[in-house]
Amino acid sequence: MTTTTAPPGPPRPKRRAGDRVFAGTAKGSGIFILAVLAGVAVFLISEAVPALTAPSEDVAGGEGFGHYVWPLVVGTLLGAVLALVVATPLAVGIALYITYYAPRRIAAGMGYVIDLLAAIPSVVYGFWGVAVLAPTLVPFHEWAADNLGWIPLFAGPASTSGRTMLTVGVVLAVMILPIISAISREVFSQAPALHREAALALGATRWEMIKMAVLPYGRSGVIAGAMLGLGRALGETMAVAIVLSGGAGATLNLISSSNPSTIASNIALSFAEASGLEVNTLIATGLVLFVITLAVNMLARWIVNRRADFSGAN
Amino acid sequence: MSTDTRTALPTPTPDAGSLHGERRLSRAVLAGIYLAGVALGAALSALTGFSVTSTVVYGVVLGTLALYVACRAVEGRRKAADRLVTALVTTAFAIAMIPLVSLVYTVLDKGLARLDGDFFNQSMFRVVGEGGGAYHAILGTLIITALATVISVPIGLMTAIYLVEYATGRLKKAITFFVDVMTGIPSIVAGLFAFALFTLFFGNSVRLGVMGAVALSVLMIPVVVRSCEEVLKLVPNELREASYALGVPKWRTVVKVVLPTAVAGLGTGVTLAVARVVGETAPLLVTVGLITGTNLNPFDGRMATLPVFAFYQLTQPGTDTQAYLDRAWTAALLLIILVMALNVVARLISRFFAPKTGR
Repeated sequence: MTTTTAPPGPPRPKRRAGDRVFAGTAKGSGIFILAVLAGVAVFLISEAVPALTAPSEDVAGGEGFGHYVWPLVVGTLLGAVLALVVATPLAVGIALYITYYAPRRIAAGMGYVIDLLAAIPSVVYGFWGVAVLAPTLVPFHEWAADNLGWIPLFAGPASTSGRTMLTVGVVLAVMILPIISAISREVFSQAPALHREAALALGATRWEMIKMAVLPYGRSGVIAGAMLGLGRALGETMAVAIVLSGGAGATLNLISSSNPSTIASNIALSFAEASGLEVNTLIATGLVLFVITLAVNMLARWIVNRRADFSGAN
Repeated sequence: MSTDTRTALPTPTPDAGSLHGERRLSRAVLAGIYLAGVALGAALSALTGFSVTSTVVYGVVLGTLALYVACRAVEGRRKAADRLVTALVTTAFAIAMIPLVSLVYTVLDKGLARLDGDFFNQSMFRVVGEGGGAYHAILGTLIITALATVISVPIGLMTAIYLVEYATGRLKKAITFFVDVMTGIPSIVAGLFAFALFTLFFGNSVRLGVMGAVALSVLMIPVVVRSCEEVLKLVPNELREASYALGVPKWRTVVKVVLPTAVAGLGTGVTLAVARVVGETAPLLVTVGLITGTNLNPFDGRMATLPVFAFYQLTQPGTDTQAYLDRAWTAALLLIILVMALNVVARLISRFFAPKTGR
């Protein structure tokens, strides 16, 4: 009979060279990504400082950087918020339709079709916006100027080309629709089946079931999706650059032909011809945009993560 | 769902506990009511000066309203609210289809005119009017996108491996959070970052293909990380444990067991990430610029890329405007085809390279 001798001490996990190198590379990549994000901030700041510290008469417009960036910030926020207002109800409706109303067999296909909207390059949206949507919306511009003129947003006079903030808002709404609806769809479909079935068993109609069991559960997800959509709309460049005839001062008037430009589209349109301090000024506006979108995105992610923490649905 | 018509009598069922019984409208009746509303809308639109838009708007509004009122009268408040929401939600979906259909139709309509051989094998070198093509831009897009992929995939994949296989604690949380935040960086800011980075070394007027690739990588890396991470998480732990039990080192387990199991998902994720950046215009606009000739060296001066080419053809047409617009739309069509093709390839990869589980 063989007798087993106890091994000398507990087996020590061997640290092989291959393991160390591989783990190190993996960890290094992760840290590298953090460094890149920090690098984005650092390099933008380093290139923006000359514009921020320059005497105000040297900055384009001659009245300092704050004065230069203000209409752009207004334009950026205006277009993005308008897009959000148009897109969120639609996106929630779409998400509900796909998760709870559409026939099961084709629901997945419908989700895919909506996702296609996200795949179309933004420059193509710009083409479509200026060639199709802007002329289509001109009658609405006129109608709004005639009938809603007492609201400052529709003060008019109506643009005849349709290349206004209103059209931009609609184009942006189409672009962020798939983002908001994808996230809403996900949270709606995760609503606890027990709650839904309990509601139905108590005799609730489908809408009452959704109102009681799905919407309260999905609210934070919808908010987070909307915030992510807002982030995308704030930073959208090409569609705005093509559609909007911008460059005027800050105004809330959505339908006139003089609109403020947005930060991103202003950079895209002016960068090729810029030189010297103008480049620094444009990069400084980019920094402002970066800070705004970073804040919006971090808030959105924080909401999403907080929800993930206590819902247990991952 | 019920086959009852509106004439169906309340059927007293003592043990159902219903006081009023049920009166339901059948689907056919509902559709009839809706169509009646639509017809009314069309009539209204015809009275106020006919246009397709107003017909559709009036029709949908009145159809929905008619549906609600009829249900309210016959079926009661709760059921009517349910029907109303069903109609609204369906309408929302239909509204979302309008831009998609309109966009695809427009691009096809205007883009097919120049989708010819010349477009694929001529550049814009010394072309001022008709003719010319996007040969230089197509190649430029392929080169820069490939370069961006070469930069992004190793970094993104290794980070995903780190997050799934190694990371714990605070660093993991930080990386996950900031990768998510990074997906929201506006594309123009990524372009400015690449520009600022390279101007530090090469001066203010530098434009290089590789700058564009760096900018696209900033946009692409977080997408690659997220999708690879999701896929790696799906690899069953039993496979890893079986490998460890055989004495295989961890890194060989990852390379020889985890990655091959996940290869289909990884391929899909990377392809979708490429699809996301291939149509990006803004970062290339500020980093790569545009030229009319063919430059295939991303380390030497400006290059042409398809999205930027399309943008300038549309916004800065020469004297023969129509020729420029035609080229712009064809470039847009080509971009859509490219993105859709990548999406289809991604689906095919996940279908054909999925691990054979034998179950």
